[in-house]
Amino acid sequence: MLIPHPLLGLRDSQEFTYLGDANLMHRPDPAAENAEAAFCEYVFLRDNPAGVHRELWFHEQGDRSWLVVTRDTTTHEILGAELASDVKLGAAQ
Amino acid sequence: MKFSGFKVVKEALTGHKGWQPLWRNPEPKPAYDIVIVGGGGHGLATAFYLAKTFGELKVAVLEKGWLGSGNIGRNTTIIRSNYLLPGNEPFYEFSMKLWENLEQETNFNSMVSQRGIINLIHTDGQRDAYRRRGNAMLLAGADARLLGRDELKEMVPFLNYDNARFPIKGGLMQPRAGTARHDGVVWGYARGADQRGVDIIQNCEVTGFKIENGKVLGVETSRGFIGAKKVGVSVAGSSSRVMQKAGMRLPMESHVLQAFVSEGLKPTIPGVITFGAGHFYVSQSDKGGLVFGGDLDGYNSYAQRGNLPVVEDVLEGGMALMPMIGRARLLRSWGGIMDMSMDGSPIIDKTDIDGLYFNGGWCYGGFKATPASGYAFAHLLATDRPHETATGYRFDRFNRGHVIDEKGVGAQPNLH
Repeated sequence: MLIPHPLLGLRDSQEFTYLGDANLMHRPDPAAENAEAAFCEYVFLRDNPAGVHRELWFHEQGDRSWLVVTRDTTTHEILGAELASDVKLGAAQ
Repeated sequence: MKFSGFKVVKEALTGHKGWQPLWRNPEPKPAYDIVIVGGGGHGLATAFYLAKTFGELKVAVLEKGWLGSGNIGRNTTIIRSNYLLPGNEPFYEFSMKLWENLEQETNFNSMVSQRGIINLIHTDGQRDAYRRRGNAMLLAGADARLLGRDELKEMVPFLNYDNARFPIKGGLMQPRAGTARHDGVVWGYARGADQRGVDIIQNCEVTGFKIENGKVLGVETSRGFIGAKKVGVSVAGSSSRVMQKAGMRLPMESHVLQAFVSEGLKPTIPGVITFGAGHFYVSQSDKGGLVFGGDLDGYNSYAQRGNLPVVEDVLEGGMALMPMIGRARLLRSWGGIMDMSMDGSPIIDKTDIDGLYFNGGWCYGGFKATPASGYAFAHLLATDRPHETATGYRFDRFNRGHVIDEKGVGAQPNLH
């Protein structure tokens, strides 16, 4: 698979490591009342869709940026890629 | 029709005219006591034990394609019970015992072949870890043997013992492990279930659940509504897709795992061998092909095919372990979709919806679990209590902190 890096162009997916669903960027508020349940859901539960999936890839062998890649899990077709830091400020931590 | 040596000789002499189909092809009835969603190994094993052991009379298995068209036809056929953790090892050993008696129980040749599995040791630390694992296996009633380098060399002389980076120092062997014929397993269970009155309905896709007041009343299918007092979902690979129709999110991701077969060779590999320094495992089928595999591709997928980097990685592992494999030609490769759960262990449990039961999350260890998974799920469906070897496989183990994480890598499914 080739991932269209927004800054570097088409890069081989072997340069990246895969983390998972892009919702992992939205960490729950640890001070909230239901934080325990919210964190359990955040850590363990996934939508796991068959079809379009937004997911986090780390350009480990490249510029070490986090990308949000939109990909079809039934065909492996890559529909787009953005810098995670553009998607959410501070997300690249 | 009962299979026997006598029957084979008789049919050979009379032109093979007496063979019958192994199962009926019934129309779905309006309602059943128990409906199993998924006609793979686990679903059919569940139906078989429901009918045989638990005396359930009105059971149906719904399969969206044909029997055995999913992961039961896409695995590397290894059976073993060499786990470490107390939540896992008794369950897999129970499965091993069911394998040992499977052919007598189903009167079907599943070609269970206990040729042994050897996990190779490359470092002192690994030897300690495997010694511990072997002891855990013995404690659970399984068998295990720690092999030294010389003994190993006699058994499997063709390995690259003096690899500069990963020399082979020994191995942990489970002599009772081995392989089985995957299609034979599915056909044996299907025939056995059918003979005991289970309706196996193929080309019948579940499109939704009918749930009222928190209780399941049946399933909507491509062949109309089918009522059920209890519904058991056993669709590993597609678990999230199916359970989403009941409004549930699961602690799992679907990933693709590739497997490979070489051209047929003369008998060369006595049992199953796994590389301890990379991810590579190999056995030889009865037809002579080397059957092997390695890591997941590593990203969410429902595509049933993988990409070339992992092909290369697996073959490099094979070459490092047994350089002779380089002379063999690769015949074919394929991919299967795994329910990769958040701790690498399965779930066999009730759901919050009354009458809806779930079996899934087998990661890439589902084949060896087929008999025990079916038995434990049947036990749960029939008695509403988990089987004694499957009490840890609950949904709520994640929020209670009682995960069963053999590899200790945490909630990162592509690393299990």
